[in-house]
Amino acid sequence: MKDDVELTREDRVANLKGMGCARKRVEDARFTQGKGNYIDDINLPGMLHGDFVRSPYAHAKVLSINTEAAMALDGVIAVLTAKDLEPLSLHWMPTLAGDKQMVLADGKVLFQGQEVAFVVATDRYIAADAVELVEVEYEDLPVITDPFEALKSDIVLREDLAGQTSGAHGPRKHHNHIFTWEVGDEEATNQVMDEAEVVAEETMYYHRTHPCPLETCGSVASMDKVNGKLTVYGTFQAPHVVRTVASLLSGIEEHNIRVISPDIGGGFGNKVGVYPGYVCSIVASIVTGVPVKWVEDRMENLMSTAFARDYWMKGRISATKDGKITGLHCHVTADHGAFDACADPTKFPAGFMSVCTGSYDIPVAYLGVDGVYTNKAPGGVSYRCSFRVTEAVYFIERMIEVLAIELNMDAAELRRINFIGKDQFPYQSALGWEYDSGDYHTAWDKALKAVDYEGLRREQSERVTAFKQGETRSLMGIGLAFFTEIVGAGPVKNCDILGMGMFDSCEIRIHPTGSAIARLGTISQGQGHATTFAQILASEIGIPADSITIEEGDTDTAPYGLGTYGSRSTPVAGAATAMAGRKIRAKAQMIAAYLLEVHDDDVEFDVDRFVVKGAPERFKTMAEVAYAAYNQAIPGIEPGLEAVSYYDPPNMTYPFGAYVCVMDIDVDTGVPTIRRFYALDDCGTRINPMVIEGQIHGGLTEALAVALGQEIAYDDMGNVKTGTLMDFFLPTAWEVPNYETDHTVTPSPHHPIGAKGVGESPHVGGVPCFSNAVMDAFRAFGLRHSNMPHDHWRIWQTAQDLGLHK
Amino acid sequence: MIPAAFDYYRPKDMAGVLALLQEHGDDARVMAGGHSLIPMMKLRMAEVPHLIDLQDVPGMSEISIGDGKIRIGALVTQHDIIAHEGLAQSAPILREAAMQIADPQVRYMGTVGGNLANGDPGNDMPGLMQCLDAQFTLVGADGERSVAAREFYEAAYMTARADDEVLTEITLATPNGGYAYEKQKRKIGDYATAAAAVQITRDGSRCASASIAMTNLSDVPVWSQSAGSALVDTEVGSDAIKAAVAYMLDEIDPTEDNRGPVAFKRHVAGAILTRAIQRAWSRA
Repeated sequence: MKDDVELTREDRVANLKGMGCARKRVEDARFTQGKGNYIDDINLPGMLHGDFVRSPYAHAKVLSINTEAAMALDGVIAVLTAKDLEPLSLHWMPTLAGDKQMVLADGKVLFQGQEVAFVVATDRYIAADAVELVEVEYEDLPVITDPFEALKSDIVLREDLAGQTSGAHGPRKHHNHIFTWEVGDEEATNQVMDEAEVVAEETMYYHRTHPCPLETCGSVASMDKVNGKLTVYGTFQAPHVVRTVASLLSGIEEHNIRVISPDIGGGFGNKVGVYPGYVCSIVASIVTGVPVKWVEDRMENLMSTAFARDYWMKGRISATKDGKITGLHCHVTADHGAFDACADPTKFPAGFMSVCTGSYDIPVAYLGVDGVYTNKAPGGVSYRCSFRVTEAVYFIERMIEVLAIELNMDAAELRRINFIGKDQFPYQSALGWEYDSGDYHTAWDKALKAVDYEGLRREQSERVTAFKQGETRSLMGIGLAFFTEIVGAGPVKNCDILGMGMFDSCEIRIHPTGSAIARLGTISQGQGHATTFAQILASEIGIPADSITIEEGDTDTAPYGLGTYGSRSTPVAGAATAMAGRKIRAKAQMIAAYLLEVHDDDVEFDVDRFVVKGAPERFKTMAEVAYAAYNQAIPGIEPGLEAVSYYDPPNMTYPFGAYVCVMDIDVDTGVPTIRRFYALDDCGTRINPMVIEGQIHGGLTEALAVALGQEIAYDDMGNVKTGTLMDFFLPTAWEVPNYETDHTVTPSPHHPIGAKGVGESPHVGGVPCFSNAVMDAFRAFGLRHSNMPHDHWRIWQTAQDLGLHK
Repeated sequence: MIPAAFDYYRPKDMAGVLALLQEHGDDARVMAGGHSLIPMMKLRMAEVPHLIDLQDVPGMSEISIGDGKIRIGALVTQHDIIAHEGLAQSAPILREAAMQIADPQVRYMGTVGGNLANGDPGNDMPGLMQCLDAQFTLVGADGERSVAAREFYEAAYMTARADDEVLTEITLATPNGGYAYEKQKRKIGDYATAAAAVQITRDGSRCASASIAMTNLSDVPVWSQSAGSALVDTEVGSDAIKAAVAYMLDEIDPTEDNRGPVAFKRHVAGAILTRAIQRAWSRA
């Protein structure tokens, strides 16, 4: 400790690598050397392998399943069907959205790729061969892939729900209807619309897409019949919730279940839900008494595990002639597929879609959402966003553009005059949210200045002239987006999943020699928690981040938490980390005071030590305090230095940002070229600028994908047309433009360190920004709106419809 | 993504390959880089009980240039094409095209022979070789024969190669003049929405000869003699290009897929071909 005396305070701060430090990600040493430990790396002695027989039909009766030939194949141990699961009541399972879902086809199939039988064999290759040998006799039924048709059709998709006029979210209007969810005052909104000087209307389809993490979903279940313990390794974004669900479903007491999320190769919402593969691997392990692994392949991932979006949104926005918005009306027809397996907090069947008033001061609004069954895969997860927030932000950012067209007004100016003002925070939105903080005008002005917005508009107008004169076949689009995210679910009073309040947790142990371990209820899927949470703690307790291990994902060791999705880790578990750190500090202060022989109140914390007030040469470092905590009897203080905190956030956090995209569009080929992308993010207090930048690059890239081509498309027969990465657009370095990142800092007033979460902001803001750039290019030629994804042919079609091809 | 069981062979010479092909008939397939066949086997869309790997067969990995001819062994990879300085000098269109095939990792493995012999309408090399009027050497039990690239393709995945023959070498006359390989694709690794290979020579201000082929716009590559002829003896102005494009559009027969509807593909084919001709002419 003597050396420390020589260090300046600045040096001591730097040594901690605490908040604000662009510390390199500690995870990357193993990931970049191929030393990660993903689900498929887990191999247990005697382990068997499972594989699914899946339905080639989108809607069919299952007349018979003959497993004889498959069972006859050497190495096949079992072929499970719904009949085998029925005695255990596991042929169906509850979904997170209050519906139920077939684990294995029970008499019929409702989407292409649905799980029909589960083959268990001694190796993965035999399992795949045996899948081919299972003979399933189907009788095909009429297929519905359109939600509007579903609501009119006599065909009953969910015969198991026949006659049920009410579901988990209230009355059902039709046998293919799931729920109606309404927020806001429709009558008042309609009245405002009727009286408005200007009303703009638009219908838009936010297409179905898929999170497509690089690692697909999988699990390894291991039932130890001797001690009655079940261990389940899996690609779980919420391991603790999985344990509770597994206990409720299986009847195994929760203490006898250990759920482990190992390294996860991306989640983006795809790994929040519970899938039939998890259940089947567990049942198969219970039946066989040996470990059973199930890992899906890419096609299975795209076809059967949770999709995102698929929202038909009809909007009306009213304003004065000067552009002051007076009201917003939104109705959504939500295609949930065959089962309602959305991953939303229980009381929010359309997630936080009600943040669709965006960043604007809109006095009156209404949102209605109707959920509908179709013959498509179940899901409806938040793909790199908080619950349905990408849909909400895309909706409002399109409505703003449409209103700007209606008013013949500049869309940047229209945004500016309608922003919620800095002095209006905390702001009560018309649809019930309390925005915690924001400074939108500053961010917007900074963004527009950075890109020379007026210069861009001049250039664009010159381009239009040149195009009209036949001098170029290229148009220029300027995409604008201003978004407000709503993340960090959430207050236990209104946010739960399956009844579990959405708090999160952190438990810290300081070791005698001054290093530490902290365990959290969240689980990183690439976000870099081991890096950033250590930085929060370093700043809170004065132990260098390099001396702090962060551990997550093992339910036997980590405190209970609701997991990682919806940018909730930093807002919730990050807060728990800071709070637990403060408990450590409080106890450490008493120990330091004792060691320094002064009163508790006469010492103060300074970076990495406790100093006697007014006598900076008299201090004890946190390391010295830790040693004393374990090695010295201190009157009135328990030995040890540990703390745990469960944090129930008082509110969500509201990160925001201002994005601008400049795009050139080749009118004859439909090829867009992104010339420039500027992203200003305000995520409150910034923990690690480098991790933030990485998050923004990743989120923008997924936004580019969704806006410009990524979709799960079905034909009329319910066949998935985009089941491989040949057709499902996953951008590589080649397709990705250079991103310019920037920021403002408006700390959250209620978060212990002022942080708001950032991982999903770029996706939420990026999708409308890329899309608006495409549509803006055609504004001068009369385009109001065209649906995503803006792949080459759809852009070409837009130009064609506008008569731009001679 | 797990293939059905298959037997794997790695013969040391062509005689060994041919013997296996004789023995197993159409139950056997030869494989060079494997970047077309293996994915098809993994998807269980191709069942190949007997897979014969050509990698140990000598004499098919060379590129030789001389006497006005270029010879490319069937096992030459796309990467070899890109890296070969002599080839870049004598037939730069090969490098320009190879650079637009898949990604570097695939190009390290994928071979010219495999790309040509597989008969996938999405592959770039068949159209390119038709443009360059290449000859393919096929070796079978009855010896060797030569088939013109322009005669080789019969339908999707159907070629003039018999099941017991192996494509061993590609021969072409060193091309002259300007060139361009223009390809529109949705992303890296994708097949072409439309691609055009153009090789063109100049005599003073006029076009002396032009050869034009397009890819992925029919179930076989489309080499259009009339499209090329439309440019000859012109100054390759917009009318001549329009005429060439019109001939080509008469001969292509694209189908709708996830890349887009037929009308779009035809329009893009015209735009891509126009650009390819303009670029080739600018280099002539």
